[in-house]
Amino acid sequence: MNSDFKRSRRDFLSYILGFGFLGWLVSVLYPIFRYINPPKMPEAKVKSVKVGKIDDFKPGTGTIFKFGSKPGLLIRLETGEFRAFSAVCTHLDCTVQYRSDMKAIWCACHNGKYDLNGRNISGPPPRPLEAFRVVIKGDEIYITKEG
Amino acid sequence: MGVLGEKFFNWFDERYKIRSFIEFMSHKTVPWHRHSIWYYFGGVSLFLFIIQVVTGILLLLYYRVGEDSSYESVQFIVSKVKFGWLIRSIHSWSANLMILAVFIHMFSVYFTKAYRKPRELTWVTGFLLLIFSLTFGFSGYLLPWNELAFFATKVGTEIIGSIPVIGKELLRIVRGGEDVTGATLARFFGLHVAILPGIFTVILFLHLLFIQIQGMSEPPEWEKLPPEKRKYIPFFPNFLLRDLLLWLIILNILAILAVFFPWELGKKADPFAPAPAGIKPEWYFLFMYQTLKLLPAKVLFIEGEFFGLLIFTVAGILWMLVPFWDVKTDKGYRNRLINYIGLFVLIYMLTMTILGYVLD
Repeated sequence: MNSDFKRSRRDFLSYILGFGFLGWLVSVLYPIFRYINPPKMPEAKVKSVKVGKIDDFKPGTGTIFKFGSKPGLLIRLETGEFRAFSAVCTHLDCTVQYRSDMKAIWCACHNGKYDLNGRNISGPPPRPLEAFRVVIKGDEIYITKEG
Repeated sequence: MGVLGEKFFNWFDERYKIRSFIEFMSHKTVPWHRHSIWYYFGGVSLFLFIIQVVTGILLLLYYRVGEDSSYESVQFIVSKVKFGWLIRSIHSWSANLMILAVFIHMFSVYFTKAYRKPRELTWVTGFLLLIFSLTFGFSGYLLPWNELAFFATKVGTEIIGSIPVIGKELLRIVRGGEDVTGATLARFFGLHVAILPGIFTVILFLHLLFIQIQGMSEPPEWEKLPPEKRKYIPFFPNFLLRDLLLWLIILNILAILAVFFPWELGKKADPFAPAPAGIKPEWYFLFMYQTLKLLPAKVLFIEGEFFGLLIFTVAGILWMLVPFWDVKTDKGYRNRLINYIGLFVLIYMLTMTILGYVLD
């Protein structure tokens, strides 16, 4: 009886020590984990950007522009019509480009292709490119995000 | 040894018992047989690692991490600093040769079954060193902040984001934010010059210690050989001198590569430029890159990238644990399955690497 009692008392102390150690470990690791996870920066929500004048863009070309912190792609079709998309490939984040020889939007990283409506047509991209609205006021071109 | 030398030696021996260590080293032998050539590749990897440490420290004298200074400082090193081009070129070439040597070393150990009992942990530490070497390569690649490095890092890290539940958070930790920016550069720099060298050195020390304690592995065929038929050569000086000769040859090869094929710096990274055509990861990541390219966007409800990542992780873990599931067959040391698996892995990696080069 006495030795059983002693053992259970010893077990009890071991548990207390064990939990104490665990608690100590968590209290050391938690701040480190939180520290390496960078704080979320409040990003100014960009809804609209001015990219230039109509004449700056020749028909049959594509231009990368800054949309907030991300790249966008403005294409002027042969017909003179403007279209704009997010230039971030939906596959793995590369920046896409307009290829006049392919009449398509192309990503160099994994040979992904989108048609001129931004739909993914070949290669690994899983989704279409996000489309932006092109608004022309006078001779200035503005790109806006829907909604 | 002169009188002074003897005094010096005795002074140390009295305190640290180095006589027994020297005694041990003088009796060290290396098995001599038709596959002995593979014993050199561990030493070659070690030599190239030492070169990495030395040239890396030299580069640190001028390299300044930052979105506005990384590219410029490397440009300064290769164009203004005397022999800067040489140091930087050797660092890049030696990194590539080191990874090649490590791969050769690994496959030779695998096929000669040198990982078997009692050398399981030598194999495991060796595998960890390979993984850390690849991480060294990946993190160092970004540091010049050029176009290729920028997109390689974007793609390479984005794959982490495909992990369900924790992927997005993990990605932020690795990149130091949502995108690949100066924050990523700072993290990779810290990883490359502080965290990795620390961990790597400890594991390397263990790896070498295990080899010293157990000696070089003997080929499995020797089990049937009577002891007098087994040939050995002394480690000191016979094997060491051969080792050193090979190191000298490697150093010459490095010098030739660095002088005649200097490593390019390329264009500075521009987050608002499209990814350049013909962009590909370093050759040692090509087999994974090519596999991911061939996978469809969805495999059984799982994202293609994550599926690929999962397969490579599982395969890597199995590979690391091979000493624990490779069993001797009844007939003795031969376990053909292991050879077939090894051959499959080797051929798969080679084919995918070649495809990665040839295909768009």
